[in-house]
Amino acid sequence: MATPVLDKVEAESAASPYITVTFRVRRFNPEVSAEATWEDFQLEIDPKERVLDGLHKIKWDIDGTLTFRRSCAHGICGSDAMRINGKNRLACKTLIKDINPEKPITVEPIKGLTVLKDLVVDMEPFFQAYRDVMPFLVTKDTNEPTRERLQSAEDRARFDDTTKCILCAACTSSCPVFWNDGQYFGPAAIVNAHRFIFDSRDEAGEQRLEILNDKDGVWRCRTTFNCTDACPRGIEVTKAIQEVKRALITRRF
Amino acid sequence: MSTTETTASGIGPVEGASLYDVDNPAPVIEPPRKRTKKTPKSTRGNFEMYGWVFMRLSGIVLVVLVLGHLLIQLVLDGGVSKIGFAFVAGRWASPWWQVWDLAMLWLAMLHGANGLRTVINDYAERANTRLWLKGLLYTATVFTILLGTLVIFTFDPNIR
Repeated sequence: MATPVLDKVEAESAASPYITVTFRVRRFNPEVSAEATWEDFQLEIDPKERVLDGLHKIKWDIDGTLTFRRSCAHGICGSDAMRINGKNRLACKTLIKDINPEKPITVEPIKGLTVLKDLVVDMEPFFQAYRDVMPFLVTKDTNEPTRERLQSAEDRARFDDTTKCILCAACTSSCPVFWNDGQYFGPAAIVNAHRFIFDSRDEAGEQRLEILNDKDGVWRCRTTFNCTDACPRGIEVTKAIQEVKRALITRRF
Repeated sequence: MSTTETTASGIGPVEGASLYDVDNPAPVIEPPRKRTKKTPKSTRGNFEMYGWVFMRLSGIVLVVLVLGHLLIQLVLDGGVSKIGFAFVAGRWASPWWQVWDLAMLWLAMLHGANGLRTVINDYAERANTRLWLKGLLYTATVFTILLGTLVIFTFDPNIR
């Protein structure tokens, strides 16, 4: 029969979807050179695969010294935020076909934090800002709770958007104010403060607002929306920052 | 000594072998929110908030003041060619225009100075650069505001 042969030919052509992609990776190794350099890697890869798969191919098959962070590889742990084609994204959520594989794909570490090696940056300033906003439930009731803290669906929906944060630092490291001196709290810390400030069960909202009223708090936000664009979880980061600003103003006036 | 310890602890050889002892203590893990000397002092206070609110409010007022000013000076009654010493003297004879110009001067200068202050904060990277640029900015602002205010209040139309 003619049709099965045709099917087989089609299946064969579909079975080899590989294309050649150039990965242009920003390499930095302080033990070798103080300068960071670009290095190109040619890969045979299915365009439906992710940038992270490409990095794995490089690390496992071409150059084992390539260093980057990743843990779950499914967009939940927030380890592999990096600057791909000049935009902060998670390597594990970016498909090759979505970022024009005809041109070289540039992969850099996120900006504004000290690069330790290749794509690994020192996240400590980022987490310091996160810790500073007290990202945990605070209540005046010091007794051990005997039942769960109930909350209406509306109260829960109030801060639903900001519970999605995975602390990948894509927003904070896309913020031009953070790039300058790193003293600004950064969008991620404000998002996580927002998550508790607007939680009806929490009682330290006032303290958190006072922390974010700082010189380097929410008032340094210039509303450039870089953070909202960068967030791999689709959190409306700039909106959350604006809500914190409004809470500060309505508290005072 | 080491044999008695291993028998007493009851821990197997794998778990019992420690990398650290009294002479070689384990690294100290710093408390999570520890502040180092390099951390700038936190500035509690509402200055930045008032600055932010001022920019919004003065911006709204300035739209009216400046556009009105430009309309009167450049468009109505023969446009820019009418402006001269006599025109200015006539306007400043009225307290209404004195207050208008005074408000415009103060709001525009403070609005612009505050805007430049945030630009310096955002773009100057070294503390010294910031200090100098802001010093220059504040000096120029104070000078212009004081000079302008002085002229509005002491303007003498009969000067010769």
